[in-house]
Amino acid sequence: MSALGTIATASFRQYSTYRVATAAGVFTNTVFGLIRASIMLAAISAAGGELRGYDALQAATYVWLGQALIAPIETFGTRELGERVHQGEVAVDLLRPTPLLPLMYAQKLGRSSFLLLARGVPPLLAGAVITGIALPESLWSYPLGLLSLLLAVTVAFLADTLVNLAAFWVLETRGLGVLYMAVMNLLSGFLIPIVWFPDWLLTIARATPFPSMIQTPVDALSGRVGPAESLLPLAVQAGWVAVLALAAVLALRAGERRLEVQGG
Amino acid sequence: MSQHDTPDTPAPTTAEPAVLLEGLRRDYRVRTAAPGERRRRSRIVRAVDRLDLTVARGEAVGFVGANGAGKSTTIKMMTGILQPTAGGVRVLGREPVPERRRLAREIGVVFGQRSQLWWDLPLRESYRILAAMHRMSEAAREARLERLVEGLDLAPFLDRPVRQLSLGQRMRGEVAAALLHSPALVILDEPTIGLDMISKEGLRRFLREDRAERGTTLFLTTHDMGDVERLCERIVVVSEGNVAYDGALERFRDHLGAPRELIVDLAEPRDRLELPERAELAAVEAEGIRHRIRFRGSELTVPALLSRIGEQAEVADLSLAEPAIEDLVREIYGRRP
Repeated sequence: MSALGTIATASFRQYSTYRVATAAGVFTNTVFGLIRASIMLAAISAAGGELRGYDALQAATYVWLGQALIAPIETFGTRELGERVHQGEVAVDLLRPTPLLPLMYAQKLGRSSFLLLARGVPPLLAGAVITGIALPESLWSYPLGLLSLLLAVTVAFLADTLVNLAAFWVLETRGLGVLYMAVMNLLSGFLIPIVWFPDWLLTIARATPFPSMIQTPVDALSGRVGPAESLLPLAVQAGWVAVLALAAVLALRAGERRLEVQGG
Repeated sequence: MSQHDTPDTPAPTTAEPAVLLEGLRRDYRVRTAAPGERRRRSRIVRAVDRLDLTVARGEAVGFVGANGAGKSTTIKMMTGILQPTAGGVRVLGREPVPERRRLAREIGVVFGQRSQLWWDLPLRESYRILAAMHRMSEAAREARLERLVEGLDLAPFLDRPVRQLSLGQRMRGEVAAALLHSPALVILDEPTIGLDMISKEGLRRFLREDRAERGTTLFLTTHDMGDVERLCERIVVVSEGNVAYDGALERFRDHLGAPRELIVDLAEPRDRLELPERAELAAVEAEGIRHRIRFRGSELTVPALLSRIGEQAEVADLSLAEPAIEDLVREIYGRRP
């Protein structure tokens, strides 16, 4: 098997050994899903049964899909790469014959595949039982939704990597990570659907890669945006992948240069 | 991602030395605030200063020196993660910084303080991943791994996650990871740090065996002079970023003329022994039974000394203490202004 394939499967297996953490994560995501669904349903009921294109069932579906994607998208960010840079462990990564970003992406895909199955499916099932969820009308929504999810995982990975790569220049990246998480959680449409934003905020959100991380795959998977209409958002996702991948490659190259020139 | 590698550089000829450092220099900019001053001033610290070193293929070199002597900086430049300020580096005929990843296929590196294993995976998995990275065939991987498992005694913990391994087990695992792809040059940075005597010996024995089998070049930095004595034929002492001594290990002792110590236990107690001119009595212990005699290796041989003692008394037991290289290194530093 190729190096990246081996790493992806190893990463999948690695995460499958964290049984207690997985169970705790499923429980937490489900409980918070319940809380979020209650608030959303109350808001929609107060608005007279529909709020900017979301009825009760669609709102519940939006919440449960969002909860299901927390783990595979890693909505709350990662810190591993930044820590490796700070502790100098990145030297070991740079001395491997496989380039760093593809290696990390392979790990991410393996990890996210496991997390999608183990942490994504249970909250959806719980939601189906507790509030019910809306299923897409067209079967095309499933493959397009999965493609959108893959792109979302990639966009989130690249943006998160960029935040971590800041560790080459700043001593403490935790503050930056927290800021990123707050902005991302809001503008991605994780907390509330972005179409509920006031116009000015919606305009800002749409100019960023954040909706490509959560709003787009949730819309495509739930069928709220039909197969034909979801092609444009998918193209936007692909565009962000290209832009962020280029940025990440350049940032890493600059980081390596800095390491080479200034020392670790 | 291959921003640094020029595509398909032909493999350099094996005629080039394993390591070639020419006038190598590395400065660091350090910013410190003087006492009572608010503004930090930056000053230049020269970690490596005009270092020249050639290591032929197949040599085993111990690269020793005090903390801050420039050992790690040199290794970082040799592996391509640090750009020299001035001077030249060539490793296996390659330029380390632009050809870092290509070089990574040909060298094996162990940083004693860092791990290249996957922490949460069974040790065996790390080797599967590394073998895939080095594009080894399954057959080649299995054959090599079998040798490493046997030589480094990895079998008892091969299926345990790395995080559960003891330090000694992990270091054996690290060395196996560095040797898996049969590199032409092995760079070991403090490979036995924190290990007990038995683990150290096991590790050293295998490194000797593997080197004898494959003719690997070995470049070792360590604080443990036992490592150098057991693994290397040549010792390079660095001090203040420069080579303070470079030569064969045996001659290193003679060069300094550090005294050796012969300890003889006599059958009958004796107050004094008549000694040759160039030997001196360091101590008499155990009420005249044990005599400690200091002499210099280049001036007097052990048989000559023993025969002189044998004329006067019956020797029941004896042992010879070689000077620790650590003391010799200290002596070198002491001599420098």
